[in-house]
Amino acid sequence: MSSRVLIATFDHEDDLLAATTAVRERGLRIMDVYTPYAVHGLDRAMGLKPSRLTWVCFVCGMAGALGMLWFEHWTAAIDWPIDVGGKPWFALPSDAPVAFEAAVLLAGFGTVFALFGVARMWPGKQPRKIYPRTTDDRFVLVIGETNAAFDVQSVEQMLTKYDVLKVEEQLVT
Amino acid sequence: MPDSTTTLRPPLVTGDKTLSDVTRDICEPMARRPTALWWGAFSISVAALLMGVVAVTYQIATGIGVWGLNKTVGWAFDITNFVFWVGIGHAGTLISAVLFLFRQKWRTAVNRAAEAMTLFAVMCAGIFPLIHMGRPWLAFWMMPYPNTRGPLWVNFKSPLLWDVFAISTYLLISAVFWYVGLLPDLATIRDRSAPGWRRRIFSLLCLGWDGSARTWHRYETVYLLLAGLATPLVFSVHTIVSMDFATAVIPGWHATIFPPYFVAGAIFSGLAMVLTLMIIARKVMSLEDYITPMHIDRMCKLMLSMGCLVGLAYGTEFFIAFYGGNGFEQFVFLNRAFGPFAWAYWTMVVCNVGIPQLLWFRRVRASLPLVFVIAIVVNIGMWFERFVIIVTSLHRDFLPSSWAGYAPTIVEIATFIGSFGLFFTCFLIFCRIAPVIAIAEVKGAAHLKKPHAPQRESGAEKAA
Repeated sequence: MSSRVLIATFDHEDDLLAATTAVRERGLRIMDVYTPYAVHGLDRAMGLKPSRLTWVCFVCGMAGALGMLWFEHWTAAIDWPIDVGGKPWFALPSDAPVAFEAAVLLAGFGTVFALFGVARMWPGKQPRKIYPRTTDDRFVLVIGETNAAFDVQSVEQMLTKYDVLKVEEQLVT
Repeated sequence: MPDSTTTLRPPLVTGDKTLSDVTRDICEPMARRPTALWWGAFSISVAALLMGVVAVTYQIATGIGVWGLNKTVGWAFDITNFVFWVGIGHAGTLISAVLFLFRQKWRTAVNRAAEAMTLFAVMCAGIFPLIHMGRPWLAFWMMPYPNTRGPLWVNFKSPLLWDVFAISTYLLISAVFWYVGLLPDLATIRDRSAPGWRRRIFSLLCLGWDGSARTWHRYETVYLLLAGLATPLVFSVHTIVSMDFATAVIPGWHATIFPPYFVAGAIFSGLAMVLTLMIIARKVMSLEDYITPMHIDRMCKLMLSMGCLVGLAYGTEFFIAFYGGNGFEQFVFLNRAFGPFAWAYWTMVVCNVGIPQLLWFRRVRASLPLVFVIAIVVNIGMWFERFVIIVTSLHRDFLPSSWAGYAPTIVEIATFIGSFGLFFTCFLIFCRIAPVIAIAEVKGAAHLKKPHAPQRESGAEKAA
């Protein structure tokens, strides 16, 4: 299904932030915002929920720690029991360092691969050609024209207040 | 939140830049041909690296009997170099992760280069224990894999095995942290390059990054999580390295102070190496507006505080040797300060505790040549610290009949120089192929001013 979008370009984060807030307050649909760096407060202006990737990190970390603790115990006390310096069979202090490293390793890789998954990033993916300068110095706000009642003129009028550089209509599929 | 553009705080980026100036300043040196200076430095580094390759090939082919070790001093030059390089690696993670958690925005100018330095330093460090095994082709025996010997598992209760896991995790997580941090900048280079192989490579590497705010939002979460993971990781790594010594019963090694003492020393030496590299890089790559005297000043202050911690640790060690009442421990410490390796001990004290005190003075911190010299001195001092800890504790042990000396052979020295060759070769290549400053992070932290007059590119356009 194709739809029409309005693409507004800004050259400063303050303008973009104010415009995003205003557009959202007006009940318009923000398709996405493209920025050259992480703009502080933009998530709130867009109404994004906190990312659930923290849970991925937590679960991976716990899996790493518990899995490694079990493996250390299984190898040293069950599969081939070896008495090391008279330490108890379940020796938590000496098993902790490797379990910690495994937790960090799994949590780190798990979170990063989860990010690649949810953000749909893969080697060689072609970016959407919104505006090439969004990785340099331009801030782009993409507003969806949800229905026939969408008034392009008045939205443009509103955006001029925030020093918009350019407003463009585009057909996206 | 304090605004970094007030008169109270010097700006992070000087020279009245716009966002596109930042992109251009950092990306342009990569597109230019390397300078004669770069080629000079590169050829020296490659020569040193080749010398190292020859030395390592020789000692593996012949056996590590070509080292100056004897049955009393079983660890010396090789392990000193290992701990030295691991330590250098620590400042990268400190700057990128710990300072990130503390919201120190000035870190953005130096974190990329410091992280790269971490990676290369840990690579250099890893080589030494590998060689020390004598049969490095069997290094995979350190990994717990099902084998035909039982399976006989590795000893998870040994600090040396903890080290294997700590160092490899550290290398992998540092690499991931570095790569994730690079993603937005790789996309910037992709969009700047003309169609061709360069664009294709960066397009492949940046995973289709388009600056979407939804991706940024998740990305920031992941970056924070990685920083949160890397912070305890960096402390664990040098703690575990120190346990290689502290869990032994050798006087001079068997001390509970070792983990914090080693971590402070590691960060100290790492900051010295970051300063050494940054002072050169900002000049050679004309990044004076990004790595300003303010950045150097703050790193000097960090280095000074770490140096004082290290000094405190030296004093505490000595005091506890006296106060603990253990004759062997007392002997080791007196032997360190006044025995055959006294010259190494006093070099260490002067370089690590004495000379860095100059950094208390603002005029010293403002003078880049002086800071450069002090950083080099600290690098030397920290190498001697590891040498003193390892060799002086071993060479005169419980049994006077087995006392021995130690001097490195030419093979060991060549290997050490070779590791510097590897480090600088990697670093110089990094300076050519990746942005040495985190472009997106600098833009976000610097609070650049709005371009003077808003220039409308054109009126509202209507597409069909």
